[in-house]
Amino acid sequence: MSKENSARNFKDRAKAAASKTATLGEDIDLTKYVSADDEHSYQSDPSQLPAKAKKQMLSAGVVLDDASQRSGTFIQMDNTPVHSSVSQDGVEVLPVTQALEKYDWMADYWWQAVAVDQDKYTANIELNRNNGYFIRALPGQKTVFPVQACLYLAKDRLVQNVHNIIIAEENSELHIITGCTTASADEPGLHLGVSEFYIKRGAKVTFTMIHSWNPETAVRPRTAAIIEEDGLFMSNYLLMKPVRSLQMYPTARCVGENATVRYNSILVTGEGSSLDAGSRVILDARGARTEIVSRAITTGGTITARGYIEGNAPEVKGHLECRGLILGEKGIIHAIPELKGTLAGIDLSHEAAVGKIAEEEVEYLMARGLTRDEATATIVRGFLRVDIEGLPPLLSEELKRAVEASEKEVM
Amino acid sequence: MLEIKNLSVSVEDKNIIHDVNLTIQNGETHVLFGPNGAGKSTLLMAIMGFPKYRVTSGSISFKGNDITNLTVDERARLGIGMSFQRPPVVRGVKTRDMVAACLKGSGDGDTISKLAEKTDLNDFLERDINYGFSGGEIKRSELMQLMAQKPELTLLDEPESGVDLVNIALIGELMNDLLEKNCPIQYRKCMGLIITHTGHILDYVNARTGYVMCDGTIGCVGDPHEMLATIRERGYDECIKCYLGRVPTNE
Repeated sequence: MSKENSARNFKDRAKAAASKTATLGEDIDLTKYVSADDEHSYQSDPSQLPAKAKKQMLSAGVVLDDASQRSGTFIQMDNTPVHSSVSQDGVEVLPVTQALEKYDWMADYWWQAVAVDQDKYTANIELNRNNGYFIRALPGQKTVFPVQACLYLAKDRLVQNVHNIIIAEENSELHIITGCTTASADEPGLHLGVSEFYIKRGAKVTFTMIHSWNPETAVRPRTAAIIEEDGLFMSNYLLMKPVRSLQMYPTARCVGENATVRYNSILVTGEGSSLDAGSRVILDARGARTEIVSRAITTGGTITARGYIEGNAPEVKGHLECRGLILGEKGIIHAIPELKGTLAGIDLSHEAAVGKIAEEEVEYLMARGLTRDEATATIVRGFLRVDIEGLPPLLSEELKRAVEASEKEVM
Repeated sequence: MLEIKNLSVSVEDKNIIHDVNLTIQNGETHVLFGPNGAGKSTLLMAIMGFPKYRVTSGSISFKGNDITNLTVDERARLGIGMSFQRPPVVRGVKTRDMVAACLKGSGDGDTISKLAEKTDLNDFLERDINYGFSGGEIKRSELMQLMAQKPELTLLDEPESGVDLVNIALIGELMNDLLEKNCPIQYRKCMGLIITHTGHILDYVNARTGYVMCDGTIGCVGDPHEMLATIRERGYDECIKCYLGRVPTNE
């Protein structure tokens, strides 16, 4: 299909799905948000961005004043990319619209992992596409420092439409930190984001996404990853602050032998928040494996913590661990771990637990001299600590700092 | 000094301990014998101050302070420590974190490493506390935490249960360290109260006074080694039958 025909095809499918309600999560009324915004000007030196914006971005793990420990940076304010740069050979970071112009082969990736007509949110992104990032590691190239990307909601009541494409070519290694945040502490906004990951043979991608929205933001990410033979996709998601409504169910599909996926999610929320978040892995090739770990804490909001592993090939292995902690009197956590096996010789398992902090554990720590508050904080800190195997030390440290910040939010 | 006067304790409105009197002077270690269900652990839990173990009458004083109404952590900070028989697993909380909490800032990573070496738990510092630990590892971990905490009164609930013969000598050595047994008695401050079902620990730790507890009451006070010999020879039934009714008021 020609480039034009293919584009028309996506538009047609998107139009048909423009009012298609999503299977999961509260239905968001898109008419309550504005889609047009003023263009933000390009900033070649991101350290020159307004101090307030930089502070917010920093809270989501995006460092602009000293980017020496980053191999590239992309910043999008509302729907305008305001900066993109790389500081290491072998990595490309571009606004996705530029990548579409630059590479004909983008059609091989565009809407190939996520369906354009999945629901009205994906449709809205296609119909009102504004921008997003394109990040690519060239064959055999290994980044030491992560590429950072920030999606920033500056204008109140705006719908931010984002379409990202991430490609790790064969035997490359790519680390990405994405921080999403808002300028306003309490104005409504809607973030719609499609992210399509393509992890080629022997490539390794770690993707750490930190969400630091405000309590009036609604968020609908739509993410999918395709992992080829011996590829590794490691996704770490941290929701640090309460958000009004979030629904996401990223899906990774292992299509090559021995492909590996690890999802780690830390969800922290409070009263007035509704989260429906999970991770889904389809093991379609021999020897593919996955581990999904999620930790959810609510101090009053509702969390539906999902997990799904499907095994469709011999010798696949998957484990799902889902633990929820309800602090205080209110709050609901609904854990839904699901496993599906379609042939013999597969190994899938799960464990799920939801509850309050066990009084016995608090008292055990108190018997060592900790006050009740100190004991509770120690247990919460431990609960949120997810040891992520294979995460580079730098990212591990940054994630630890972010988790500590979210822990303060809870306590 | 620990002084327990006419103590009665109930758990979920059921009276478990009745009118117990017990005094431990500075530097002394006492041993509590008794069959299962006698109330030994309840007494220890009540001394430590766990809310589930409600004092219905009597008092507990420690170092001259009435601690009957103090919380667990307040008692711990006053200098009471406990080795649990079956401590809970606390997922995500590393053994190292627990030792650090016990040290209360009075030591660093090096101190923790030395304690781990002493208790043969070097490989356990980065593991979740008590998660997948064997019986012996739990006991050693409890003692490591107490050695960091340095309590003046150590309550030990069956320190030898689930411990193999190789480990029991080490446990004994650690307990002696904790209870300052290598220090001349006139300079020794640390006190201990040990629950033992089998008495094996007495081969390794010297104790001055023993009690036999049954039905929530102290039925007998005496030399722990003699008591153990009687218990081994005649069993608890005979022991209780013999001593029942003789409720001592002091050691």
